[in-house]
Amino acid sequence: MTTLRQRTVPAHVEANPRLGTWISVADGFVEVHVGKVELGQGILTALEQIAADALGLSPERLRIRTARTDAGPDQGLTAGSMSVQESAPALRYVGAAVRQLAEEPPEVSRRSQSSLLNHREEVTAYVERIAALDPDTNLTGLGVLDRAGPTLVVGTDLPRLDLPDKVLGRPRYVADLRPPGLLHGRVLRPPSVAASLRSLPDGWAAPGAELVRDGSFLGVVGEREDDVDRAVASLASAAVWEEHDTLPDEDELSGWLRAAAGDRTEVADDDVPEPTRTASYSKPYLVHASIAPSGALAEWAADGSAVHVWSHSQGIHRLRLALAGALGLDPDAVSLEHVENAGCYGHNGADDAAFDAVLLARAVPGRPVLLRWSRADELCWGPLSPAMTADVSARLVDGRIDGWSYDVWSQGHASRPGYAGHPGLLATAHVAGGTPLPPALDPPAPGYGSLRNADPLYDVGRRSISGHVLTEAPLRVSAMRSLGAFFNVFAIESFADELAADAGLDPVDFRLAHLTDPRARAVIESAATESGWGTALPESVGRGLGFARYKNLGAYCAIVAEVEAGTELRVRRLVVVADLGIVINPDGARNQLSGGAVQATSWTTVERVRFDRRRVTSDDWETYPILRFPAAPRVDVHLVDSDQPPLGAGECAQGPTAAAIANAVHAAIGVRVRDLPLTSEAIVTTIEKSP
Amino acid sequence: MTSLTVNGRQVEVDRPDDTPLLTVLRDTLGLVGSRFGCGQGLCGACTVLLDGAPVQSCDTPLWQAADASIVTVEGLAADGPNAVQQSLIEHQAAQCGFCISGIVVRATALLEEHPDADAEQVATALERNLCRCGTHQRIIEAVLASRSKAPA
Repeated sequence: MTTLRQRTVPAHVEANPRLGTWISVADGFVEVHVGKVELGQGILTALEQIAADALGLSPERLRIRTARTDAGPDQGLTAGSMSVQESAPALRYVGAAVRQLAEEPPEVSRRSQSSLLNHREEVTAYVERIAALDPDTNLTGLGVLDRAGPTLVVGTDLPRLDLPDKVLGRPRYVADLRPPGLLHGRVLRPPSVAASLRSLPDGWAAPGAELVRDGSFLGVVGEREDDVDRAVASLASAAVWEEHDTLPDEDELSGWLRAAAGDRTEVADDDVPEPTRTASYSKPYLVHASIAPSGALAEWAADGSAVHVWSHSQGIHRLRLALAGALGLDPDAVSLEHVENAGCYGHNGADDAAFDAVLLARAVPGRPVLLRWSRADELCWGPLSPAMTADVSARLVDGRIDGWSYDVWSQGHASRPGYAGHPGLLATAHVAGGTPLPPALDPPAPGYGSLRNADPLYDVGRRSISGHVLTEAPLRVSAMRSLGAFFNVFAIESFADELAADAGLDPVDFRLAHLTDPRARAVIESAATESGWGTALPESVGRGLGFARYKNLGAYCAIVAEVEAGTELRVRRLVVVADLGIVINPDGARNQLSGGAVQATSWTTVERVRFDRRRVTSDDWETYPILRFPAAPRVDVHLVDSDQPPLGAGECAQGPTAAAIANAVHAAIGVRVRDLPLTSEAIVTTIEKSP
Repeated sequence: MTSLTVNGRQVEVDRPDDTPLLTVLRDTLGLVGSRFGCGQGLCGACTVLLDGAPVQSCDTPLWQAADASIVTVEGLAADGPNAVQQSLIEHQAAQCGFCISGIVVRATALLEEHPDADAEQVATALERNLCRCGTHQRIIEAVLASRSKAPA
């Protein structure tokens, strides 16, 4: 008989030690409360799978309850591909504790799918014992034994819990909420970044709508949606603004980033030898471009003492503190619950919209106000993904890299609520007495913003790696899927191909010669095999490789792009190979990887936020185009079998995709494009500029 | 009062003539399955059938829908999920799902007219429907697979 080890308490159980915070029972279902939220990535389904195995129950006996501030665990942000990594240990610990406390029946602990079905009475009695547990039990002091049950649900393609509602057009999103007494709300954002309200005609009014004004913050509320839409249009023509030119030249962003005041962070500062090759790369500002505009529902108590908010924020607990801070309220007076919206792909307008809804609803206490942004606001006023530029240089000796230098310039990648000691909500800059939002920061851990994946996984000898983060900038930015990794991997992996050419080596062989990590080597080798690397292609068609381990400690991903660069640039195919450790839901992981690669194809080949010296001008889908159906590449996803701990899938494909496309263009027509977006025009410009 | 038929039911709507059909559906009639994405007819999330033809309801004024027959994504599922909807669920062909109502409507209309549409025709038909999650390939595969199911 083996002695069972005691489980160590996972961080999210330490932070949320009460049993009842995680588990309750209602109507014969075990309710599992989680602090992670559905963003379209399928996390609730994956967590249900983990919880089912952890508790020894089939998914039919479970209900997943999503985040709210007045119940359930605080699991921080749903971001950074950390949801499975953080939640799996917590749910397994909670499950093991419950199995121990509620005396899981042996039929269940030795269960199979059939034994679960054949022992319904035992299972029901087990659920009843779970219901009888003291919710105030402290989970950290129990001596929970490390007794894993069989894995029955993890690793299967359990269908997504949320998709039927979406495909059948049922209410599911924040804009679909219809509480009694509902009012609709709209805000009128200033016309440009640095604008302030000069005047509004006295007695401005519109039928069916009430004006809400606080400094330069303008909005309307009303019973009928078409009335508030007409009212906000009328308000837009009536308001007079003071505007200023504050934006940089959109065609000179690299020079502007390098010249601006900034803080320097060093990852490595070895004395590197004289390089044999140097190159500079850049990316423009991008935007999350959620298909749904941000929104929120807010309702104040009739006496104005407290407010409840329904929000699609990625972090409702942080948002609660930020809202309380912005309103000068005790945090206990603010409560939130998460409601889905379209995918956000990072910090979009979700939190800002929650504050807008709170400000509008404050004018009509006791009435719920459903606020919805406009398309233009979603594209212009949510935080952008920062423009970046980098210099890379390396010394090549006998076909090997011997010395590496990397310098990257960017704005910070984080301005989520509460950053820099500020609520960080857009309208705090517009209300009377408001102050401009502080510049975005990089998250404190090294490599977690501009410098994410700035340190190559390759054996490059001595390294000098640093980041320059602007301390002032007029355009507001924050986290977008993969943060700095998208650009850094694009730059590093493009440069790796340039060095391979200098060395006269095949890009696959050149990378393998500089990698010792077997998991890294395996995904590259597999991507080469699956893509037919080295086999003949038609004229103007080329293959390119991109590889990274996300954050250098997350998922491994290698991508081969097949690109046609004739009269038109077309990404024909992407072969994606990823090592995600143990995969909770293989079909869901494939969907996330494929989606990440296709979205990055759009970022790489199409997208660029446009502006003049005053206003962001890419304010609709014509001026901010994204990849459309006819241009979407075929994607083949391959997952590596693994028994290692699970790693997130949502952000590992972006950087490798960009590099694979750029390298494929070079392979196809011999043109090296180093400045994104990689359009047909960029190819022509590169050819014209080449000596 | 404007009279129109929505999912087979005749309704009288007391809103101004220029009110977008999408606002009438979502706000006046409570049919929230057609989603608001842009309000400019550029993303397709609000696509509905107007006398059988797919239109963007966000830039279709109410007067244009007068006396017309409108079918929304809810209407297509009135007798249970239609073939396209079934296939999308079977293929798990969505991520955030916000675009999918409009895609269901547009793809259903395509297959009504071209029951043997190929991948290129499906992709072309969906050109005005934006998907930001990058689920394009699964959606096309699901629409193609629905061709062999019962007529939509």
